[in-house]
Amino acid sequence: MNSMKSERANRRMMTRLSIFAVAMFGFGFLLVPFYEKICEVTGVNNLIKPAAAVENTQIDKSRWVTLEFDSNAHGLEWDFKPVQRSVRVHPGEMIQIEYDVRNNSANAIVGQAIPSYGPKHAAPYVKKLECFCFKQQPLQAGEGKRMPVQFVIDSALPADVNTITLSYTFFEVKGAAMPKAGGQG
Amino acid sequence: MDAAHAQSHDHSHDDHGHKPSGIMRWVKSTNHKDIGTMYLWFSFCMFLVGGVMALIIRSELFQPGLQIVRPDFFNSMTTYHGLIMVFGAIMPAFVGFANWLIPMQIGAPDMAFPRMNNLSFWLLPPAALLLIAAQFMPGGGAGVGWTMYAPLSTQAGPAMDLTIFAVHTLGISSIMGSINIITTILNMRAPGLTLMKMPLFCWTWLITAYLLVAVMPVLAGAVTMTLTDRHFGTHFFNAAGGGDPVLYQHIFWFFGHPEVYIIAIPAFGVVSQVIPAFSRKPLFGYASMVYATASIAILSFMVWAHHMYTSGMPVEAQLYFMYATALIAVPTGVKVFNWVATMWKGSLTFETPMLFSLGFLFLFTLGGFTGLVLSITPVDVQLHDTYYVVAHFHYVMVAGALFSAFAGIYFWLPKWTGKMYNETLGKWHFWLSLVFFNVTFFVQHFLGLAGMPRRIPDYALQFAEFNMISSIGAFGFGLSQLLFLYIVIKCITSGEKAPDKPWEGADSLEWTHLPTPAPWHSFETPPVIK
Amino acid sequence: MSIKGIKRWAAAGALFFWSFAAWAEYKLNLQTPHTSLGEKIYDLHSIITAICFVIFIGVFGFMFYAVFKHRKSVGHKAAQFHENTAVEVAWTLIPCVILIAMAVPATGTLITMRDTSEADLTIKATGYQWKWGYDYLKGEGSGISFYSMLSTPRAQIDGTDVAGRNANPNYLLETDNHLVVPVGKKIRILTTAADVIHAWYVPALAVKQDAVPGFIRDTWFKAEKPGIYRGQCAELCGKDHGFMPIVVEVMEPAAYTAWVGSQQKKIAAAKVDPNKSWTLDELKAHGEKVYAQNCVACHQATGMGVPGAFPALSGSKVVNGPKADQIKLLLAGKQGTAMASFKHLSDADLAGVITFTRNNWSNKTGEAVAPAEIKAARN
Repeated sequence: MNSMKSERANRRMMTRLSIFAVAMFGFGFLLVPFYEKICEVTGVNNLIKPAAAVENTQIDKSRWVTLEFDSNAHGLEWDFKPVQRSVRVHPGEMIQIEYDVRNNSANAIVGQAIPSYGPKHAAPYVKKLECFCFKQQPLQAGEGKRMPVQFVIDSALPADVNTITLSYTFFEVKGAAMPKAGGQG
Repeated sequence: MDAAHAQSHDHSHDDHGHKPSGIMRWVKSTNHKDIGTMYLWFSFCMFLVGGVMALIIRSELFQPGLQIVRPDFFNSMTTYHGLIMVFGAIMPAFVGFANWLIPMQIGAPDMAFPRMNNLSFWLLPPAALLLIAAQFMPGGGAGVGWTMYAPLSTQAGPAMDLTIFAVHTLGISSIMGSINIITTILNMRAPGLTLMKMPLFCWTWLITAYLLVAVMPVLAGAVTMTLTDRHFGTHFFNAAGGGDPVLYQHIFWFFGHPEVYIIAIPAFGVVSQVIPAFSRKPLFGYASMVYATASIAILSFMVWAHHMYTSGMPVEAQLYFMYATALIAVPTGVKVFNWVATMWKGSLTFETPMLFSLGFLFLFTLGGFTGLVLSITPVDVQLHDTYYVVAHFHYVMVAGALFSAFAGIYFWLPKWTGKMYNETLGKWHFWLSLVFFNVTFFVQHFLGLAGMPRRIPDYALQFAEFNMISSIGAFGFGLSQLLFLYIVIKCITSGEKAPDKPWEGADSLEWTHLPTPAPWHSFETPPVIK
Repeated sequence: MSIKGIKRWAAAGALFFWSFAAWAEYKLNLQTPHTSLGEKIYDLHSIITAICFVIFIGVFGFMFYAVFKHRKSVGHKAAQFHENTAVEVAWTLIPCVILIAMAVPATGTLITMRDTSEADLTIKATGYQWKWGYDYLKGEGSGISFYSMLSTPRAQIDGTDVAGRNANPNYLLETDNHLVVPVGKKIRILTTAADVIHAWYVPALAVKQDAVPGFIRDTWFKAEKPGIYRGQCAELCGKDHGFMPIVVEVMEPAAYTAWVGSQQKKIAAAKVDPNKSWTLDELKAHGEKVYAQNCVACHQATGMGVPGAFPALSGSKVVNGPKADQIKLLLAGKQGTAMASFKHLSDADLAGVITFTRNNWSNKTGEAVAPAEIKAARN
């Protein structure tokens, strides 16, 4: 056995395995966009972007779907409530509902609402066209606002889903510039 | 180990043949046997530290009410008990075996990278110190569970940072160790020793090392994200910034499930050496053992989310993970059947290593069956995060990995030290461990079924009896391990001299080609394999 | 180890089975289910455990046969076979078939379990460190909202009242407010959390669902019988993870309607609450109750806290300092410490607890804090 030759083979093996380990470290981080992509494709967390296009505009008069609205303010002194608690609609219908929000604290705060759906697999069928969650919401101390959400329930909604909960949670955006908090969160 | 009766053929070129003496022999050691010894002793120390933590947990749970510790300290104990046992005790123990045995079993003079080997060991003590130091940080240890789920971990005190740093260090050590093992096995086998002629222990370690290189970096990534979420304003796991706490669980278990097999597979390897030796019969289905181990390793990457059935996945995903998880029962079953078939029509004797292997086989299979029960999603939803799960993974980790480590230590102790351990005491150690292990953990199945959640410092009165039994068992089990320490020390200091091949049926190179005790340098000239 | 060994095995076996017999009176299986889904899960678990048990006995029957008959001490000579393709294929394929047989009923049960559609009532359960909040979103009772926290007296937990603990059948499984639902109706539970992940778990109703901050998850149950069902938070959520039980009270429809009525009256009553004028003693008495539920775990009944972990209130600078600072601290919490914001408590609760701490132990400010002052500080 030529020891020089074997040493070189060993080093080559070490290099390869080290590269593999570093790549796996990168892979861990790659899981983040990958997970987001999966969530987007399956619609589990299609969050704060408007729906690209509503493919099924046919209104399905034969079906009723109940939509419930829920709200949470995460560690914020905000009153945040849907104006209507639930609506009954046909899939394909354009719906607009509203949420009321009021900043009860003594400070101006910028908030970002994150939507969530129950059941989760109904998420891709809720096509939001307009939503206050598309951008950050700055509220002065004591300021109140009525904010609309406009959406369509895709008529491709699986037959076993007849109740969908749309829930928003407002989070504080720390360090966001108050006067004109622009862009998407 | 001191008695270096160097046999002639081991000193064919006597360049650095004399061991340095004193502390520097260990600090600067590049000798695979010395490093293996250090790994094993380090792992035993950590086993005691983690064990004391377990006993604090069981003392608090002896009776309902808060008697001994405060809830946050209790959480810290469950967290560090888990981390220390997994990363500090079990994994280093098997790396210790790998260091000692792999070069001898494949006829190599040492590991491929002796200096890196030294470094991978010496990273461990600082990491262990970090884990222990975390207890003394303001606010105490991070009571976040060994799984370190966000956002609990992103909100924990400064102890969490030490813990993250310790996990990084342990990870680097494991990765270096694994690179060393893979290179040694693939490049340094004696001429004629093909892969399919290797002892099964080497095979299991080769597969384990690949698993480690693949998943330890992923864990490092997960805790790095936790760290940046904590201090550098990232939002990987924070819904407020568009992240998702459940993402952490996906990344963690992508590491965590293969990790379970990283612990179990070397244990399979040890048992696959011991059972044939005491059956005086070759291992049944060697090739199918190799394939089964490889399938388990591959499947382990595809089932991670079965730890997350209640976290809210689409039903399709739950179905997939249920089927994939149940499938692991097939290769695992093949291994158990092969071990039983190895014993079938053998000529069996029951020395301590064999007893521990049989204990492993019996209890690991039991843990495997509770694993099968847990793989069924609707049932798991009832049992998830209850004591049933605690019982399940202790059957796999303690009765699986630890019992097989004991089997391995009793089996190779004569080769390592040149002396025999006391067989009667060894048997006592086995029976005490077996009985107390079951007293501790069998009743926990019932607690879990009845609905007692994990990681609680106090419980409802209906759980009182079983908790008391479990605590008594835990103290019995803990004390039995002091007997083990006594047996090992007695063996080293005053054991009887061991013959070259104390076990009639042992057939790998370290028994057939090397004297006992194994000389400090072995196989400087590779042996000839027919 | 011939005769002696056999004796040992026998003794171990006897001990094992004796332990079953002796403890048979205790619960050895899942809690008795009270929903039809729970029954399905119970049966599924029993079937799978039984199958595993049979295989276990089979495999280890072979092993123990070998242990007794193929031992060297009875003169058995080792055979040298080491493979048999037919046998190996068989023991790969047979488990596959068994697994498929298990997967069929499991799949059906899982699909039922996840079908949250057509619920009669929707209730949101929000996990907090360390209590549950319930909001009735849809169905009869919509608009009701309350917190539910452990009501076991602190003295029973810390061991100063062991007799009380031993006499308390619901030790750690009791709450001040029960989640009340009607019998025979499909209840959909939405879970979410305010801080870290919790899990909403009631074994007898066969539900467990993680509550993830920022997102909602859903699960459901339909109780078959009126009664009180108890569960606990199942996901480690910090210090008092073990102390946030869930109590579900299932009522007959009429009783439920009455309960909804009484709750709505309470909501109406609470609205006028801030205008009520309280005396210092009233506030203090009310505050003592609030303290026992919210503060005592860290600051202790003695007000001395835990040195190094939780500061003492007795003699504290904040408690004996200006009122406004203490009010602000309770409303906002203190960043980077275990002191959370308590702004979810009512004005009266906060006024009471502040008054209590300012006039108890060594603190003698003699000052009362009125609910109106809290209300003012909130805005």
